[in-house]
Amino acid sequence: MTEESMSYNVGESAGASTESLLNDSGEVDEAAPSGPSALDPRLAPIAKNPERVEKVIVGLFVLGLLGFAAFGALYWHGGRQPQLEGVFIGVGLMSLGFGLSSWGKYLMPRGPFVEERHPLASEPQAQEEFKEALVGRGKYVLKRRGFLAGLMGLAATVFAIVAAFPFIRSLGPVPGDILDKTSWKRGSRLVTADGRPVKVDTLQVGGILTVFPEGHAGSAIAQTVLIRAADVSITTKPGRESWAPEGYIAYSKVCTHAGCPVGLYQEQTQQLLCPCHQSLFNVLDGAQPVFGPAPRPLPQLPLMIDSEGFLRAQRGYEVPIGPGFWSRS
Amino acid sequence: MIDQALGWLDERLGVSKSGKKFLDKIFPDHWSFMLGEIALYSFVVLVLTGVFLTLYYVPSTKEVIYHGRYLPLVGKRMSEAYASTLHISFGVRVGLLMRQTHHWAADVFVAAIAVHMIRVFFTGAYRKPRELNWIIGVTLLMLAIVNGFIGYSLPDDLISGTGIRIAFSITESIPLVGSYLAFFLFGGNYPGTAIIPRFFILHVLILPAIIAVLIGAHMGLLIRHKHTQFPGPGRSEDNVVGSPLWPNFAAKTTGFQLIVFGVLFALGGLIQINPIWQFGPYLPYKVSYAVQPDWYMGWLDGALRIMPSWEFAGFGHTIPFEVFLPGVVLPLVTTLFFFAWPFIEERFTGDHAPHHLLDRPRDRPLRTSFGAAVLAFYVVLFGASSTDVIANFFHITLNTVLWSFRFLVVIVPIVVGVITNRICHELAGTAQPREARPRRMPNVIVRSDEGGYETYPVSPYPEDEAIELEPEPVPVNVDQDATA
Repeated sequence: MTEESMSYNVGESAGASTESLLNDSGEVDEAAPSGPSALDPRLAPIAKNPERVEKVIVGLFVLGLLGFAAFGALYWHGGRQPQLEGVFIGVGLMSLGFGLSSWGKYLMPRGPFVEERHPLASEPQAQEEFKEALVGRGKYVLKRRGFLAGLMGLAATVFAIVAAFPFIRSLGPVPGDILDKTSWKRGSRLVTADGRPVKVDTLQVGGILTVFPEGHAGSAIAQTVLIRAADVSITTKPGRESWAPEGYIAYSKVCTHAGCPVGLYQEQTQQLLCPCHQSLFNVLDGAQPVFGPAPRPLPQLPLMIDSEGFLRAQRGYEVPIGPGFWSRS
Repeated sequence: MIDQALGWLDERLGVSKSGKKFLDKIFPDHWSFMLGEIALYSFVVLVLTGVFLTLYYVPSTKEVIYHGRYLPLVGKRMSEAYASTLHISFGVRVGLLMRQTHHWAADVFVAAIAVHMIRVFFTGAYRKPRELNWIIGVTLLMLAIVNGFIGYSLPDDLISGTGIRIAFSITESIPLVGSYLAFFLFGGNYPGTAIIPRFFILHVLILPAIIAVLIGAHMGLLIRHKHTQFPGPGRSEDNVVGSPLWPNFAAKTTGFQLIVFGVLFALGGLIQINPIWQFGPYLPYKVSYAVQPDWYMGWLDGALRIMPSWEFAGFGHTIPFEVFLPGVVLPLVTTLFFFAWPFIEERFTGDHAPHHLLDRPRDRPLRTSFGAAVLAFYVVLFGASSTDVIANFFHITLNTVLWSFRFLVVIVPIVVGVITNRICHELAGTAQPREARPRRMPNVIVRSDEGGYETYPVSPYPEDEAIELEPEPVPVNVDQDATA
């Protein structure tokens, strides 16, 4: 057609093997209107029998069409059937895709084609000019005006610092001692997640319940696991003689490792397991970690039973609950 | 008509010259180059399905009482975020298909990036001049993981809520500034009400925008550098051999895009993923058993699980190394190490020349075995995220599983590295690169009347010979009939 492609077609490299190929592809191309004409084997398709490939592609495109139509019909009828929806649109898209890829792979010039790669780096002179322009002009700008530049730099720095405040400091309050405290106080009644107070007969031996200080049901921080390990008072550590009356033991439910709720109680072994990273705590030994990544025991909440039989906290937790942080002493 | 349109454009933008060059751009024909395409097209699906989801999702922790179509949860208190996700799943037509396809696409997106990166690593495609594109690629992988985690958190279901809690604890573990960062991120102490809307804007605007820009830069550099290619007949450091963009590659890649779309939608329709209605709404004091994040978080989760409990406490301060090392230092060091790798290798080999021909992994035994060892390290960490499942399945104690992994994470990479090195050396002696090796020919074995055997190679098929043709530039017109 153009001079370029004409001259290109007089391939130098193909030689005799091209000649023998021509006959092959010539046979294949019999159906083409202008007869056996290929001069360059690179322009022949990969397919030995293009008509058969065309038929397959027709089949795929029709299948795609049917898939889309089925999806449309299904949607029209308003059926919430994700399986069928996915199959229809998936089959439609895949058929269309396989058809189009096959078209590109089997029916288009097989090549190989080439493009040249040119060195990325510039000539030394261009590099030098660029550097000279960048640095030289910069020096010219700053000549005898270093003070201006310094002042502008100072202003820009102050701007950057000041502008950072709204984007960082406004995001939230500083922690202060918030992480050290929970809403448990002296005399807080123990309530369940729906706010019902816990009495001395609420749990059987071996029972477990998640409790909160009254007025804070559902609290993510104050959540506490209450276990009745026995029906007599239990001492989990020296100095905690009065903390577990009637066998009721309370530990912070926030894992000291990564903060997950330590929710799985194994009654036979008297162990609490954190389901996230499998730290295991010994209930009868002050929730000392026996296994896993947790570094510290779960803090224990000292309990008492008031005259009406309600469970109350003697006071709040003595140490910060949950995972470690820098200012935790 | 087309003349007019092109003329109009050319007079205003001058597109003809660069346009022709772009149409002639050569794409090497090798299957491994499709891995990056899978990532790209998964991202397109993510954007399309994601836009659909934003039309219905409500990023709010405001408590509502559910009155939707999913009867087991009717009357339950839950956040608007969770309720709206239930609505997408049950109330919106094709909503569940879109949600599950979005989730599948995210899993495939990260997987495709990871496998693409493995391909780039083992073939040395990151070498000069492509170090910057490698860094962009590593950044994309990390951003994809982060955005995947954030998106997974948005439904505010029981499992994802637990993940957010762990994210708070990990942030909190950073020495000196950790609790400040955590409070700034969450707008106060955990859980607060700010994290869902903040995660939402990160997930749908900020991170996707950065990812889209970086993908643009990634592909811009790809065009600037041109493709790498494996050694072969007619291929050199100074050329690229393969199919032209127009029409071959355009047809193949568009078709491939549709296939990726189709597979993702079929997965989204057929294979249930993240059935949040089964987990229930997030309540901070509830937790479900066998909690596991999406696969691409597995290495971090596994590292958290097998890390010994090395908390430092003293001088009035606490450094929770058991969280800080696996949760913060590990991903940070991983990223920085991957960033630095091309430069480390360059320093190590003293090779400062540009490279456009790819290595076969066996020809670089040191790099290959080192890469295999590093990969094995992360695979073991990934396996460690299933300690509880493994213990249950094999009826062994968690303790045994945990300690096994603590040893395996050191032993397996060493063993894998040594074995890979060995295999590379074994292979290196046998097969030559294709460049130096004549194309494999079929052998014919003939048995003579006397019972003797004779083997001789037969001529290759004509189409095999065609592949051995010298590559030529693409002619302006590729129509055989027109050029005749």
